[in-house]
Amino acid sequence: MSDTPIDVRNADGQAAGRAAPDNYLTHARGFRSWAFTLDHKRIGVMYLVSLLFFFFLGGMLAMLIRAELVEPGMQIVSKSRYNELFTLHGAIMIFLVVIPGIPVALGNFVLPLMLGARDVAFPKLNLASYYLYVAGALFMLAAIAFGGVDTGWTFYTPYSTTTNTNVVPVVFGVFILGFSSIFTGLNFIVTIHKLRPPGMNWFRMPLFLWSLYATAIIQVLATPVLGITLLLLIVERAFHIGIFDSALGGDPVLFQHFFWFYSHPAVYIMILPAMGVISEVIPTFSRKHIFGYGAIAASSIAIAVLSFLVWGHHMFVSGQSDLGNMIFSAFTFAVAIPSAVKVFNWLATMYKGSIALQTPMLYALSFLFLFGIGGMTGLFLATLSTDVHLHDTYFVVAHFHYVIMGGTMIAFFAGLHYWWPKMTGRMYSERLGALSAWLVFIGFNLTFFPQFVMGAHGMPRRYADYPAQFEPYHLLSSIGAFLMAAAFFLMAGYLLHALRRGRPAPPNPWGSATLEWQCASPPPYDNFAVTPQAGDPYDLERLRYDAARGWYDPDEDAKSAGGAGGAA
Amino acid sequence: MHDRESSSLAHGEHPPHLQHHFSDEQQQLDSDKLGMWLFLVSEILLFGGLFCVYANYRAHHPEVFIYAHRYLDTTLGGINTVVLICSSFTMAWAVRAAQLGQRRALVTLLALTLLAGLTFLGIKSVEYEAKWKHGLLWGTHYRPVAEEPAAPGSASGGAAPTAAAPTPAPAPTPASVPAATGAQSSGAGQPLRQGGQWIVEHSLIPRAAQGPAGLASGLAASQPVEPGQIVEQPKNVQVFFAVYFAMTGLHAIHVIAGMVVIAIMLLLALRGRFDDGYYTPVDLTGLFWHLVDVIWIFLFPLLYLIR
Amino acid sequence: MTAMQPIAQLLGGLPLAQEGSTFWMPSEASTGARAVDLAFYFVLWVSVFFFILIVGLMLLFVIRYRRRPGRLTAEHAPRHNLALELTWTIIPVILTAAMFAIGFRTYLDEVTPPANAYEIKVHAQKWKWSFEYPNGYIDSDLHVPLNEPVLLVMDSVDVIHSFYVPDFRVKKDIVPGRFSRLWFQATQLGEHRVFCSQYCGTGHSDMLSKVVVQQPGDFAKWLQTAAAQYASMSPAQAGADLYQRLGCVQCHSTDGSPGLGPTYKDMYGRQVKLADGSAVVADENYVRESILDPQAQVVAGFQPVMPTFKGRMTDQQIGWIIEYLKTLSSGQQAAPPAAPPASPSAGQSASPPSNPPANPQTGTGR
Repeated sequence: MSDTPIDVRNADGQAAGRAAPDNYLTHARGFRSWAFTLDHKRIGVMYLVSLLFFFFLGGMLAMLIRAELVEPGMQIVSKSRYNELFTLHGAIMIFLVVIPGIPVALGNFVLPLMLGARDVAFPKLNLASYYLYVAGALFMLAAIAFGGVDTGWTFYTPYSTTTNTNVVPVVFGVFILGFSSIFTGLNFIVTIHKLRPPGMNWFRMPLFLWSLYATAIIQVLATPVLGITLLLLIVERAFHIGIFDSALGGDPVLFQHFFWFYSHPAVYIMILPAMGVISEVIPTFSRKHIFGYGAIAASSIAIAVLSFLVWGHHMFVSGQSDLGNMIFSAFTFAVAIPSAVKVFNWLATMYKGSIALQTPMLYALSFLFLFGIGGMTGLFLATLSTDVHLHDTYFVVAHFHYVIMGGTMIAFFAGLHYWWPKMTGRMYSERLGALSAWLVFIGFNLTFFPQFVMGAHGMPRRYADYPAQFEPYHLLSSIGAFLMAAAFFLMAGYLLHALRRGRPAPPNPWGSATLEWQCASPPPYDNFAVTPQAGDPYDLERLRYDAARGWYDPDEDAKSAGGAGGAA
Repeated sequence: MHDRESSSLAHGEHPPHLQHHFSDEQQQLDSDKLGMWLFLVSEILLFGGLFCVYANYRAHHPEVFIYAHRYLDTTLGGINTVVLICSSFTMAWAVRAAQLGQRRALVTLLALTLLAGLTFLGIKSVEYEAKWKHGLLWGTHYRPVAEEPAAPGSASGGAAPTAAAPTPAPAPTPASVPAATGAQSSGAGQPLRQGGQWIVEHSLIPRAAQGPAGLASGLAASQPVEPGQIVEQPKNVQVFFAVYFAMTGLHAIHVIAGMVVIAIMLLLALRGRFDDGYYTPVDLTGLFWHLVDVIWIFLFPLLYLIR
Repeated sequence: MTAMQPIAQLLGGLPLAQEGSTFWMPSEASTGARAVDLAFYFVLWVSVFFFILIVGLMLLFVIRYRRRPGRLTAEHAPRHNLALELTWTIIPVILTAAMFAIGFRTYLDEVTPPANAYEIKVHAQKWKWSFEYPNGYIDSDLHVPLNEPVLLVMDSVDVIHSFYVPDFRVKKDIVPGRFSRLWFQATQLGEHRVFCSQYCGTGHSDMLSKVVVQQPGDFAKWLQTAAAQYASMSPAQAGADLYQRLGCVQCHSTDGSPGLGPTYKDMYGRQVKLADGSAVVADENYVRESILDPQAQVVAGFQPVMPTFKGRMTDQQIGWIIEYLKTLSSGQQAAPPAAPPASPSAGQSASPPSNPPANPQTGTGR
């Protein structure tokens, strides 16, 4: 079977610089061909564009916040408007950007290709997931348009049940988004279980798929709990059932338990796919087999399981029992271990490799740095006595921005730059990519590191105004934010430019051995005419760069010697 | 190798229901089933949240549940349980009929399942109406209707015991004071009699506004009724009804959704869309319906049979 | 403040709230602070070590193994190593177990108040702290004696607040409907900031206060004088003082400007229209009922959001408020002053402005 020719060998025209004659972008045209598409690649592209739009929107809100915080006192907005700004910044970033995040914007595109499949298991459900995403987003935007919400993205009762702002539309929007997430997770689980090609058993799967699988498990199990929580919140506001009202026999802290039972696993929905991207980028750009495949795969599952046992670490000072606090603290330390194991395995992958610092790799290395800080600052918060001091201060704000933005978003940009040639058929400017990556890195650290220090000094979070002693830290932080924003605008610029004027991309510009690189860039409408034979996805030592054609060929000698996977 | 050329079916014999991204029917069927089970798991988690709310409150306030569950009509609930179990039976039989290609039996059994669902909803609405009439609702809407010297603890759908004497709330407040006795609440009025029943305009719960006030002081709170009337009830009885309506309400929504899907299956079956080679939608619908039944089987003892 | 000043401050030396702060932590002003800081530094140095290790190796590999002619492919290297996996699993487990143990032990000390602690009640409301001392006196600052354990018993009348003193390293959420406890023993004289650290609405960042740590003798004297100050005030003056301390000023203006609640100007003794259409005279009974049972008869055009003061005010204090309200209505006679007002003693907080801003931010939308 391995000598059956595959498309990429025959697409000689590609080396000459012409785009493939027919690909998923050109296969059908017009609004309806996108609005009613069942093609996972088009759905992925729609998600990607939407996600980047909401990242921009949430980012603009962040810029307003940081502009206001440059000096003590209120210069730009009123206090209640400020509270609405941070609420919407959080809600948009979390529910419209990072939780859908890598799975929908990159995973939708790449997952079936990595499996050599034609689509996900349920393409119509996939489209439905996208429409649910749009519907949820519209509800949230409507809430902004009609007056904003000021509860914080965590909607704690009793404030959220008594404030006059538009809580119900936003909460209902998030409820709908939850179903989008559940259905995506469901789709991915079934696809990975049932649509693997012959030769790809579980331990021959790329690690990105392991991470998407672990993420999907969390999506299916945890998100319904968010659903019921938000439903109860809506019902509480509308009908005063009293479930969170202490005067009616209810318990406001119960809301926190329910909310965090989902929202803590949710942060692992955010980070696991990010780690999956890193597990692809580092071997590719080190030209070396991943180190510790089994350990990395197992750690993804371990994180998914343990993530359900730690929610109470958001509630150490809420009045939770001391026994509860102790158990949650212990489990929180436990869930840190698998993440550390991954980092060490990635480093070991780089050892004795052949490392190229192209843009995806720059982001991957940034990830190691930033997620390292983010993860380790979590240890301070897992430690009970220090958490009492640091809870609800800027230390926490810095911690979660380091892991969510420095972790997930940085890995997202790594993946975006990695799969960009495949998705668009174009290469971007490597120089500008590297410049932007450096500026993001510097700007990010300047923005958020001072926040650790001022948080440890007691600066509380969600403060519209603050005592003058904290001003220098806020000033530094705001300067960093503006630098980061500039870097993102630069990124947008060169990527948009690449769409029009970028050099046509070969099928496998980076030299990876996973299956998505075996079809053309961009892929044809139906991915593969013939399902490729799966081999070891990290068998990179066998790929040889063909400078004349601009892509990687399997090493002829190794191929004739047989071994795992002919076409890889 | 899974590809069009070498699949077990020649290209022209492609069954109409096989979707193009699947290589064969078995793969499609396996995927559909796995997908459905995952969806059911997510539904279990959804209801699980409410079961946790139930467990939390019952653990902390068992007296509320023991007292209040007597307002539920166990007979009607029991009938509903039997109705749903029978509907699961007809549904399973319908799937079997589809599997054997028996179109008429399939249609009949789906119709019977629908009928059972309607019966369930009908009985549920009878129960809900009784609660509404007797004021046994959630939160601040809990305003039970008192009856004239009726047998205390009557089990029929919602006869409330007569008004409770206002008991001072055992709230952890420095200065414990009895519920407000002074000024009349404007618009409160005296309890009225209508027919043979006392209509109590306000909740029997002692006013929440004592010590750390919480929020209900901001809502339409209530005056206790005149002293001298019988029966004590525990504080916060309305919590039981909040839980009851939340759980049975969400369940009823799922019953309705299930019935809609069954109706669609019925129409498709009438049009001959299913045969012994393809009946997956019926199969999946059956799975959903069984889940709806199983959830009720948990709800019933937890809410109705607390004794 | 221009932009240059804080930069100069930062370059010249970190802005220190007090003597004794370090780069990371404010000064240690309680007996519990040291242990918390030790735990912090333990985690910090372990983290720094591993961070340097990880980033160092990363940089080393990136330089040493960079792609160049002669190094276009990777060297042959093992793809897994069980011993290595176990090592870098077990060592983190041991270190995190140590962090857990340290954190837990210190935490238990933090939540176990000594038996003889001096109890002060804390009332949290949007957006003001009130501290009620054992003799009934209520102040908006927290005065405590040096080197004596203090137990705070805290409640909230509306939403969740959180009492946080960075210098003491203590924090506790205050949930409406129950009491929360927090204890500390102050070891540093002077003032220490109090923040509300659970988001509670528009005025969340205004909900500030301070702990004033005094020598036990000074503390006792202050408390006595403060409580006794009312003896030398007229009832109306005492009422004016309570109007500030108890937070009435947040919602009720005295100059006619609108707020969350009706203005007190010209209110007492007049007819007020109620939400249900009826009218009532705002006399002693009405004022008393409004304080103890605010939802009973709400003035038309206002939301029923006033918290109750039942259990938080004595009858005498209610009487003072009534006298004060009389002074705000023309044509009303207030009780004459008993004696010239006492001068404020050292250590008492400065009075907040007597008139609220014209449109107080309410957090209930614009």
